[in-house]
Amino acid sequence: MFIPHTDSEREEMLRAIGVESIEALFQDIPEKQRFPQLELPPALKEMEVAQELQTFASINETSNELTSFLGAGAYNHYIPAAVDSILRRGEFYTAYTPYQPEVSQGTLQAIYEYQSLMAALTGMEVSNASHYDGATAAAEAVSMAYHHFRGKRTKMVISNALHPHYRETIRTYHRGSEVKIVEDDKQHSEKFERLADLIDENTALVYVGYPDFFGRLFDLTDIANSTHGAGALFAVSVNPISLGLFKPPGEFGADIVTGEGQPLGIPLSFGGPYLGIFTTRKEHVRRMAGRLVGETIDTRGQRGYVLTLTAREQHIRRERATSNICTNQGLMALAATVYLSLLGSGGLRQVAELCYHKAHYAAEKLTALPGYSLTFPETPFFNEFALRCPRQVKDIIAFLLEHDVLGGYDLGQDYPGMEHDMLVAVTEMNSREEIDLLADRLAEVSYD
Amino acid sequence: MNIPSDLRYTANDEWIKVEGNLGTVGITDYAQEQLSDVVYVEFFVEEGTTIKQGEAFAVVESVKAAADIYSPVSGLVTSINEALMNTPETVNDNPYGEAWMIKLEISNPSELDKLLDASAYEKHCQERAGE
Repeated sequence: MFIPHTDSEREEMLRAIGVESIEALFQDIPEKQRFPQLELPPALKEMEVAQELQTFASINETSNELTSFLGAGAYNHYIPAAVDSILRRGEFYTAYTPYQPEVSQGTLQAIYEYQSLMAALTGMEVSNASHYDGATAAAEAVSMAYHHFRGKRTKMVISNALHPHYRETIRTYHRGSEVKIVEDDKQHSEKFERLADLIDENTALVYVGYPDFFGRLFDLTDIANSTHGAGALFAVSVNPISLGLFKPPGEFGADIVTGEGQPLGIPLSFGGPYLGIFTTRKEHVRRMAGRLVGETIDTRGQRGYVLTLTAREQHIRRERATSNICTNQGLMALAATVYLSLLGSGGLRQVAELCYHKAHYAAEKLTALPGYSLTFPETPFFNEFALRCPRQVKDIIAFLLEHDVLGGYDLGQDYPGMEHDMLVAVTEMNSREEIDLLADRLAEVSYD
Repeated sequence: MNIPSDLRYTANDEWIKVEGNLGTVGITDYAQEQLSDVVYVEFFVEEGTTIKQGEAFAVVESVKAAADIYSPVSGLVTSINEALMNTPETVNDNPYGEAWMIKLEISNPSELDKLLDASAYEKHCQERAGE
């Protein structure tokens, strides 16, 4: 083992901080906890370990074995085989931006393509090289808005129907800072009146979901205008698949678009790694976090790719940087790029249409059952809808699981009073038979 | 290296030209050379902002660094050179002229006494060159 410090260097360091010994550094930890007896079982052979881990793994049930109607931010879509086979090429198989980036022209070109696709998809001018996931991207949007106003505006008005995990991540990120997060108190707002009422001259950002957590789609024109009327920035969190079919947020005047990129060719994999989409307008590019790849010409006049505007980032700008994120989710960004390239705009639209129509077939079928209705019957939705159920959702989900059906999401977990509302997601992966099966099972559960 | 004799300087490489109670502030030839190609200038202040001596009023970004620019004296900002935001390269081309950054009404003229004159500043630059 290579240990870089010599004994004399250690002594020097200890002297510098006025500590007698390395042990003294650990005195805050009770002595008996410092080197506890681990009581590990005897070592197993490799074959035995593999068998044991396989046994553990097989306890999990996934969307492969179950019929799944669970979404709530992560969706079960078909992933063409070419996505994985390109990802696993040795030239790409790293999840990290290389430290000597310009040597890796292929990686940079892939990120540049990713950025171009995200900008086009969201209707914006600039995309960064990606963040870790949709929640991180959302928190970075709040940071960007705060820095846009140099701390002179501190209030962030966030829709209660933005994904609960994103709202939680935003709060975690900004705990202890000057940023004040306010939410409307009513997730049922159809025209965002409650949200618009919260906007004032201290508001830096207004943030909504499109579709929102309940799968609903609203015309964002009015709320975008109210936001801009107060001089604030308007941010929209998207499901990228829906943009194959619906007007992109850029056309509503969004200043920042974020989203969870998982639906674009990335498996559910128990919650990650996922992909944080972040796009904005060119005028805001210097306050955008994350890596950014640009296209340029080399000394021989050939096209090349570079990391650009790096002076935004913390390793150069130090305490004035607007974020401490200098990395991206490289491999997942590549997956999204390959996925979208394979599908093309027509293919993406087809996937979105399948999701839309199957979800609407499901909604029709399920609301025809006695005791079931749409929680928001007046609002258009994409691939997901809130279903009001005759019994508590947690009981329904348990019942469905006994029949190998992964039911929807129990909205009562995040919204008190919605214990009877189940969020049902439908994608192109759900056949008509599966939807009919769900209806049959739900019909049984309503009668006991 | 160009160090005009009619200006006062800070150890952080800003210059100030004093006319009556008005000061014009920018960065020196030495500073622009150290930064190399300037690609972006962003102001933290606007007309009417009161700033203190030593307070950062702008950031200048080059292809290899980002540097805060500090006010040599306290005062009230009367104008900022917004043209620099579109033509940052003038900071390299003409740091003492076209690339002035802010003008201000000097509120405490005695602060000027603490600044360096051209020969002291030249010495300061030479010392750093020798490091």
